Amino acid sequence: MTYWDKEKECMPREQLQKLQLRRLQETVYRAYAFVPAYKEKMDQVGVKPEDIKRIEDISKLPFTTKQDLRDNYPFGLFAVPMSDVVRIHSSSGTTGKPTVVGYTDKDIDTWSELLARALYCSGASKHSVVQVSYGYGLFTGGLGAHYGAEKIGASVIPTSGGNTHRQIMLMQDFETTELMCTPSYALFMYEVMREMGINPSELKLRAGIFGAEPWSENMRREIETKLGIDAYDIYGLSEIIGPGVAIECNKKAGLHIGEDHFIPEIIDPETCEVLPEGEAGELVLTTITKEALPMIRYRTRDLTTLNMERCECGRTHARMAKVLGRSDDMVIIRGVNVFPSMVESVLLNIPGVEPHYLLVVDRKGNLDELEVHVEVSEQVFSDEVRKMESLGLQIGKELESALGIAVRVRLVEHKTIERSEGKAKRVIDKRNI
Amino acid sequence: MAKQISVFLENKVGRLAHVTRVLGEAGINIRALSIADTSDFGILRIIVSDPAKAYQVLKDARFTVSETEVIAVQVPDSPGGLASVLEQMTEQELSIEYLYAFLGTKGDDALVIFKVEDISRARKIFNEKGIKFLDENTLYKL
Repeated sequence: MTYWDKEKECMPREQLQKLQLRRLQETVYRAYAFVPAYKEKMDQVGVKPEDIKRIEDISKLPFTTKQDLRDNYPFGLFAVPMSDVVRIHSSSGTTGKPTVVGYTDKDIDTWSELLARALYCSGASKHSVVQVSYGYGLFTGGLGAHYGAEKIGASVIPTSGGNTHRQIMLMQDFETTELMCTPSYALFMYEVMREMGINPSELKLRAGIFGAEPWSENMRREIETKLGIDAYDIYGLSEIIGPGVAIECNKKAGLHIGEDHFIPEIIDPETCEVLPEGEAGELVLTTITKEALPMIRYRTRDLTTLNMERCECGRTHARMAKVLGRSDDMVIIRGVNVFPSMVESVLLNIPGVEPHYLLVVDRKGNLDELEVHVEVSEQVFSDEVRKMESLGLQIGKELESALGIAVRVRLVEHKTIERSEGKAKRVIDKRNI
Repeated sequence: MAKQISVFLENKVGRLAHVTRVLGEAGINIRALSIADTSDFGILRIIVSDPAKAYQVLKDARFTVSETEVIAVQVPDSPGGLASVLEQMTEQELSIEYLYAFLGTKGDDALVIFKVEDISRARKIFNEKGIKFLDENTLYKL
């Protein structure tokens, strides 16, 4: 087992908690002193920085949400003067004002360290050729991954997203050993490789670190088989720091949260109560070293569970399960919570069916209807209507038993569901509620 | 025996036009066709002058395509001609998945394309009963 920073990654939990408490106290003091919005929120509930005496006291602090970032657009939550900010990233802002995040020099270094740990987990080293196919720019994926790969001394190919034919040509010619992109883009690359007549087993590619969207274990198996590589999950969100908040080791038994930099909690998304270890709920994260943009109890909207047990790999940092879905990607249909990832798992279990799908939710009269579009691949196509109809019925039945609601399956032509080069769009909600 | 090209088509405007345009531009002639349709999709089945090429150009144009083994049966072009062929098939319990007419004729006979469950058994029975069917090279050149 190789570690990038064994002392931090394998720190005994008692010692780790002492470190967390000290860093949490510092963070809360700074946020209270330098960010009026944090002071106001804490004053409202009557909490002072000196009330944080033990690590459990974190639950006294108010939550921060995406709305707080919007309300303080663009730099209102920054805790340092702009002269200390060396980098700004931002969301695309498709659902309103973009959320803006800032980094000091030290924040960038922390972030690079986290990515360096992730790359070491996947077996990368300075001998690696790392292709970064996350978008470069305002999105945190590209530059975040890039700095981490440079930190370990790998040769970095900053291809960014898009232009897939060229990506694959470079992958072949430059002998890429590790690929970093979204899991759906990795599968799309595979399709394009096939079209170009390239056999993935002839490439030097040995591992991929995939993130920025939830993906299932089935999808991991599919990527690993098709591309002939090891696929690792990486988790992050720009509000906290970007990719690298949690990383998967080679045991692939949960993602280690960088607990020397973040404190995780799991809450019930409805009641906001902190849930005991092992229960599924919304992940809440507090940054404890971030200078430019401290985040106190940030509600990620990502649903997962936490496991505090020491991992077989030797790391002591808490592990979060693969994200089950996002509470805002979730669609509620006739009172039932439906996550796109559930649909994906079902499809991947039907031989020959590919995980390219779209959920279309509509309201007919007073009834919500879910239609799932599934692509017909050559393996499942038949010239007989009867067989095609029974395929549709089979998919529908399996979806119904997994989701618990009636599903209408619509078979669509191969490669007509938009392939995403960033985050895949899985849901169209046509209801006007 | 003959090769039929089958294409999956969504019920969307212009899809059929697109298939036929792709074939036309590749210099491929359609000799027989049928469409099985449902409310969401249709399956186009065609006999063409060059099935291997048709398969490739349609695949390149990103259609979902497959090759299907069918049998082109010569049917007397007179009242009761098809009935007598079908009756003999029924007698032998040969199940038919579907059938459709071919545009051309062979001598005095009409041609009907059959998709049967068990094609080798069908050939054997047709030979025994004296029902004529075309080999594929003759069919594509008609």
